[in-house]
Amino acid sequence: MSSGGHGSATDRRLNALFRHLSSSARMDPQQLNSIAASPTSANQNDSVFSHVVRAPEDPILGVTVAYNKDPSPVKLNLGVGAYRTEEGKPLVLNVVRKAEQQLVNDRSRVKEYLPIVGLAEFNKLSAKLILGADSPAIRENRVTTVQCLSGTGSLRVGAEFLARHYHQRTIYIPQPTWGNHPKVFTLAGLSVKSYRYYDPATRGLNFQGLLEDLGSAPAGAIVLLHACAHNPTGVDPTLQQWERIRQLMRSKGLLPFFDSAYQGFASGSLDSDAQSVRMFVADGGECFIAQSYAKNLGLYGERVGALSIVCKTADVAGRVESQVKLVIRPMYSNPPIHGASIVAAILRDRDLFNEWTFELKAMADRIISMRQKLFDALRAREIWYIAGTPGDWSHIFKQIGMFTFTGLNPQQVAFMTKDYHIYMTSDGRISMAGLSSKTVPHLADAIHAAVTLVS
Amino acid sequence: MVAAVNVSRFEGVTMAPPDPILGVSEAFKADTDEKKLNLGVGAYRTEELQPYVLDVVKKAENLMLERGENKEYLPIEGLAAFNKVTAELLFGADNSVLKEQRVATVQGLSGTGSLRLAAALIERYFPGAKVLISSPTWGNHKNIFNDARVPWSEYRYYDPKTVGLDFEGMIADIKAAPGGSFILLHGCAHNPTGIDPTPEQWEKIADVIQEKNHIPFFDVAYQGFASGSLDNDASSVRLFATRGMELLVAQSYSKNLGLYAERIGAMNVVCSSSDLAARVKSQLKRLARPMYSNPPVHGARIVANVVGNPALFDEWKAEMEMMAGRIKNVRQKLFDSLSAKDKSGKDWSFILRQIGMFSFTGLNKAQSDNMTNKWHVYMTKDGRISLAGLSLAKCEYLADAIIDSYHNVS
Repeated sequence: MSSGGHGSATDRRLNALFRHLSSSARMDPQQLNSIAASPTSANQNDSVFSHVVRAPEDPILGVTVAYNKDPSPVKLNLGVGAYRTEEGKPLVLNVVRKAEQQLVNDRSRVKEYLPIVGLAEFNKLSAKLILGADSPAIRENRVTTVQCLSGTGSLRVGAEFLARHYHQRTIYIPQPTWGNHPKVFTLAGLSVKSYRYYDPATRGLNFQGLLEDLGSAPAGAIVLLHACAHNPTGVDPTLQQWERIRQLMRSKGLLPFFDSAYQGFASGSLDSDAQSVRMFVADGGECFIAQSYAKNLGLYGERVGALSIVCKTADVAGRVESQVKLVIRPMYSNPPIHGASIVAAILRDRDLFNEWTFELKAMADRIISMRQKLFDALRAREIWYIAGTPGDWSHIFKQIGMFTFTGLNPQQVAFMTKDYHIYMTSDGRISMAGLSSKTVPHLADAIHAAVTLVS
Repeated sequence: MVAAVNVSRFEGVTMAPPDPILGVSEAFKADTDEKKLNLGVGAYRTEELQPYVLDVVKKAENLMLERGENKEYLPIEGLAAFNKVTAELLFGADNSVLKEQRVATVQGLSGTGSLRLAAALIERYFPGAKVLISSPTWGNHKNIFNDARVPWSEYRYYDPKTVGLDFEGMIADIKAAPGGSFILLHGCAHNPTGIDPTPEQWEKIADVIQEKNHIPFFDVAYQGFASGSLDNDASSVRLFATRGMELLVAQSYSKNLGLYAERIGAMNVVCSSSDLAARVKSQLKRLARPMYSNPPVHGARIVANVVGNPALFDEWKAEMEMMAGRIKNVRQKLFDSLSAKDKSGKDWSFILRQIGMFSFTGLNKAQSDNMTNKWHVYMTKDGRISLAGLSLAKCEYLADAIIDSYHNVS
């Protein structure tokens, strides 16, 4: 065993190299530590970071990085799920501008630290938004709601809490799911398994597979559920299917962890899009809910979201909240105020709230019309006659929310990027929010060419 | 519909204690006594004991609103304009580390978030490496390293006998640490003691760190607040960078720009080459993505606007001097009050020697409790008071409380 277990930069490099070379053998860590550079070996002034390799770009956010580098005038960014107007521009909602103006004009506003759990009014209003204002769980004080950094932060904090305090450390995630989910849960200390979800043959839900896989999960396991507008597939269970899922989960004591990133975006209605969550809460059981305001209020960069934990009793909720604070304090101390203040200003004001529902419906409607236009454009190009084409392409308007899971494979996607400057994730997901009437023909051409020329 | 589980899954979860620092403000709020004084959390107050939003910040926010900027996701590493100016503010715009592009700068969630990113980097790339933290240090440091699963130990720092720096002990403990340890240093205005090494002592600290191939890890939460000068307060960091050392520096704009709740800061890693800096930056991004995806835009834009605009930057410097100046005045008044009222002959001059927002009074836990219970003065149990929360008008009352607690409680 070497001195102190941590030698010079050269030692570390040698150790890293040794581990790399012997990765197939089970090396005793003590043996690894015993490798040390001779004092006479060169370069004691080397960097301590020399063993750090360059990480690849994030598969989703990296799409935008690549898009930005492309000089082509016809390039199209259908990667990250950020809403674009018909003119292809980012959108800041009118209600958001109004709320922000209010905030800046208010001379009594200060920038003091929020409590660890965030802005109290924001938390209350967020719980009401997802659970319904008349929710018995809220009335009975059984819900703890904690402001977090958008959806990602809410998932991470919830998962860290579970890894510390829950007896079951496995989370089941749908196959496929948002690319960042596995990393969030793994780094939080949970182990990740998957359940069948998407059926490539039907481009719909593999409901039998889902029931079987959840049915064979160990009692009490955590299950990630997309509340609506499943990302990346856009395939959601029907209400009847949700009810069966609920019954199965409750019979096995499986713990639901909802990811609600698109409330209002799926159907255009905030209440409809919350049905799945409310169904579970109505039976009196416990669940976790991660909410994001990135898409539905267009507050992407402000990082606003909330983690709600619905517990059996108010007493448990109080204790759970106190432990969630211990997760947050060493991570970032307390959350950012700006986005949460905007949300609170809108949710608390009846007029602003109503205006929001109109703007939200307009966004959802524009996406639905893009679905129709793309389908029509593909039909005009007689795409379903092409051998190997994924079905009749009706999945484009059957799928729900921001994304379409085209059914294109990574080779076809690469072709579309190279030859048509279409930027999307390699799993074939496209963000409909990034399309406009002007750009639909170009995308339709690209898809047609990909299906014809690449297999 | 009947739930399958009748007892909560979380029935066994115990109630956690309140945060020792942030919990003080909560207790203060609950106190109804009109004499109450909140000297707990380090948040600047005016002489009227009101929170303070800097004029330059208001101007920047108005500019931002007029421009009608969008709210798109920032890249994982944060706002490029912010990252550029924050590194320049810290190292000096013409520093060779910047010219040679050897610094990986990533926007983080204020000081805490930036420290946590660095801790995650250490855990992944320096497994088994220890972080040495000063005794005492900011209460949340150990929590950050614990949660990141990075082992830590303490180096001697505060000498209660002299109410000053235990320099010999500090050097000895840094020397004794296994080579390649990370040494957490407060860039200026040490929290909680207010005791900073002298420039000569910083040189010796750098010597021993280099000798042992340790990695200096700076926490810079008070740049500008220690002396009133942004450049002077960065001199410890710049000393190390000038020596060609690789180092980590966490920055926060909570105090110096009053942006507490906006959560704006940065993690800087100075590497020996630009290629290394690019690689380290990519790995910091990889750690941030599963934590919060990308950082909040609002505070970053404010900083970029203030620091990047010469007129606003000058205005900021003036406001910074005003805030630091008020604290210095309060120190003087507190010292004068204590000296005048305390007939025991105790030397209170350490208050004048301490730097920054805080004073380490030397009061123990029981005495600190007396401050709260009898005098309604809220402070942390380690004897730390935030002078930023003290007004000239309250100095005499505070002096009475301190004298009573020090002499009549053990």
